[in-house]
Amino acid sequence: MAEEKAKVKQQTRRILGRFGRKRGNLIPILQKVQGKLGYLPREALLEVSEFLDMPEIDVYGVVTFYNQFRLQPPGKHSVRVCLGTACHMRGGYITLDAWKRRLSIDRGQTTPDREFDLDTVACVGCCVMAPVTVVDSKPQGKVEPTKVDGILLSFKLEKEKRGKKRR
Amino acid sequence: MKANKRQSVLSAFQEIKSRAQSQWRGLGDGGKPVIMVGTATCGRAAGALEVLRAIKGELKKHRLDYPVIEVGCMGHCYAEPIVTISKPGFPPISYGQVNPVIAERLVREFVLGDNPCLEFVLGALEENELVPSFSDFPRARFEQKTILKNCGYIDPEHIEHYIVNGGYSALVKALQLKPEEIIAQVKKSGLRGRGGAGFSTGQKWEICRNAAGKPKYLVCNGDEGDPGAFMDRAILESDPHSVLEGMLIAGYAIGTRYGYIYVRAEYPLAVQRARLALRQARKLNLVGRNILGSDFSFDIRLFQGSGAFVCGEETALIASLEGKPGTPSYRPPYPATSGLYGKPTLINNVKTLAFIRHIIGDGAQKFAGIGTERSKGTAVFALAGKVVNTGLAEVPMGTTLRQVVFDVGSGIKDGKRFKAVQIGGPSGGCLPESSLDLPIDFDSLTQAGAMMGSGGMIVLDEDDCMVEIARYFLEFTQRESCGKCTFCRLGTKQMLEVLNEFTKGKGKIEDLDMLIELAEDVKAGSLCGLGKTAPNPILSTLRYFRDEYEAHIKEGRCPALMCRDLIAYYIIPEKCERTCDACVGTCTVEAISSHPKKRYKIIDQKKCVKCGTCLKSCPPQYRAVVKLSPPSLVPASK
Repeated sequence: MAEEKAKVKQQTRRILGRFGRKRGNLIPILQKVQGKLGYLPREALLEVSEFLDMPEIDVYGVVTFYNQFRLQPPGKHSVRVCLGTACHMRGGYITLDAWKRRLSIDRGQTTPDREFDLDTVACVGCCVMAPVTVVDSKPQGKVEPTKVDGILLSFKLEKEKRGKKRR
Repeated sequence: MKANKRQSVLSAFQEIKSRAQSQWRGLGDGGKPVIMVGTATCGRAAGALEVLRAIKGELKKHRLDYPVIEVGCMGHCYAEPIVTISKPGFPPISYGQVNPVIAERLVREFVLGDNPCLEFVLGALEENELVPSFSDFPRARFEQKTILKNCGYIDPEHIEHYIVNGGYSALVKALQLKPEEIIAQVKKSGLRGRGGAGFSTGQKWEICRNAAGKPKYLVCNGDEGDPGAFMDRAILESDPHSVLEGMLIAGYAIGTRYGYIYVRAEYPLAVQRARLALRQARKLNLVGRNILGSDFSFDIRLFQGSGAFVCGEETALIASLEGKPGTPSYRPPYPATSGLYGKPTLINNVKTLAFIRHIIGDGAQKFAGIGTERSKGTAVFALAGKVVNTGLAEVPMGTTLRQVVFDVGSGIKDGKRFKAVQIGGPSGGCLPESSLDLPIDFDSLTQAGAMMGSGGMIVLDEDDCMVEIARYFLEFTQRESCGKCTFCRLGTKQMLEVLNEFTKGKGKIEDLDMLIELAEDVKAGSLCGLGKTAPNPILSTLRYFRDEYEAHIKEGRCPALMCRDLIAYYIIPEKCERTCDACVGTCTVEAISSHPKKRYKIIDQKKCVKCGTCLKSCPPQYRAVVKLSPPSLVPASK
């Protein structure tokens, strides 16, 4: 555990080295750190607050204000259900329910095996393909409950294939 | 600028231009066909990258090195993925809904052979004898592409292609003028901010130029947060340089050297392409120090918004640029006099800036000649929802809603009946059929209870519940409220709760008056646009569709059969084919079983999650699955 913390600190410091010490860089720094680590662990935030000479609470305030930042580790695959107007009217909420049901988690959570994390996004701007789900940063169009099952099945098959290869 | 400097700017640009020309002239030379694939986000969601791979693979198989170019979005999003092939001897032809198999066939039969595969044609880019061209489409009569002109026709990842198509010549022209002359041109054009509020752009520039305080800043607002709007995304992905050019001219006019592009992180491709465009422009000295050898220096930084709707509001956007939570602050002072770090800051929307090169390049007169008395130029709309031709449309201001929905958009999908058009996103409203002949401009829409907003237009049909759409927007604004103003923070929550009750068939008829009263209070008691306009979806739906609210409250019935607590799915035994198992197999929660003796299918209402999969899977010749509202209409099972 301590080892992991030290690694987080080191990785964060390396990113911080590329930025100037001014508050205007806070959000770009957090974006870079999350891009690298997948989320914003406590140790990383402490490093950032020290670097920018800002109270920890202010860093935390910014992190929790913006939807983009997460404090929990992500799953291996990210699932983002679009809930823009067009997606909603074409059943995005039904799709979200289907994901919740299949993954047995709520929005903003990660499955216990850390395979999937589920969240919503306000609009990814491809309204014509509604309802959209962004799976591993690839927008997928017309995702209805049956396609949810299809996507999950393809991940399962892929995993099995990988498992076989390893053996 | 001194005359000799002026001359050196011209010659520096001429050199860049001729280099770009020789590079792009080489493309179609020697009778080589050129293949273009639309790979904006909408294309990608439809599978454009797979199509691109298939084309490249097929060409490689035949050992052909024909150029394959990735372009942006043509606006015909309903037909994505789109592939355009320009082959000598043929007009350039676009193919719609291409999949990898069709793509390979196009390469084999058209690129290699001589069969233009007419069965997959969407339209030709030029008029010709062989196939209908886009200008023959009924929508062409209403469209007038200005800032979308390049989108889908040029390679957004190569600055040279933009330059060959007239790019950056407006900047060169601007550099020959005095900043005051540019501002006068923009004022004369009558351009109003396309972010939604519609403030005069020229006036804003003038205020910012005359404001005391240094340095000044320029921010391009690409925080397109309205759900259902994707115009800014499409422009940044398809023609990023047009925005940069607008920023450069604006920066020169107000007298600053610091620019920011603020793009949502939810638009990764837009971020990527804007960043690439910046790098390329910097390399050619179109951005940076002493641009083209002039005295004007201007650098642009890209800033990614982190997913807060309120940051589209200019003071909140500034807060987030400063590394703070994006909460708005009281205006005045307006950012144009006191913005980023307390300095004068000009904030313009992506589309506003994209118009600038046309105004400077073609003259203010041309722009001012389009549109209505008080709203000049064209408007870009993102058409989505239940309309046939979803996508982007650019029409002159003053075009009616009917023309946009029925002529440009070709009407409602699946022969359903038009109900309303939601315009302006969470700040806008729903306009009914009676408002369809309203000419669209900033003022007329506000009067009708909606708002121009940024241009998202969602078409709703008879299956869409108006109470639900109001509830949806309230849920959105309530979640996105930053919490600073009490009326917005708590008022939206209260309104949402009332609407939640309505969609469950609970609530009292008196609540409607309370809702209106609360809506007025939230409007009055909020600082920024989010709170001031949050009640609009409720007020406009109540104004035009009060009967739907009443049906929910009084009868527990959802007339559009949408609210899940007020409907039930039911299989009509007489219509069920009995030996068919389509619904049983597709039901996501195994709620459907056969009647033990008679074999017709029965839905277990306790298990049913109302996802509608059974209704879609029931073969059209039976149509045995129906929605009933209120759910008590479902007969007790025998």
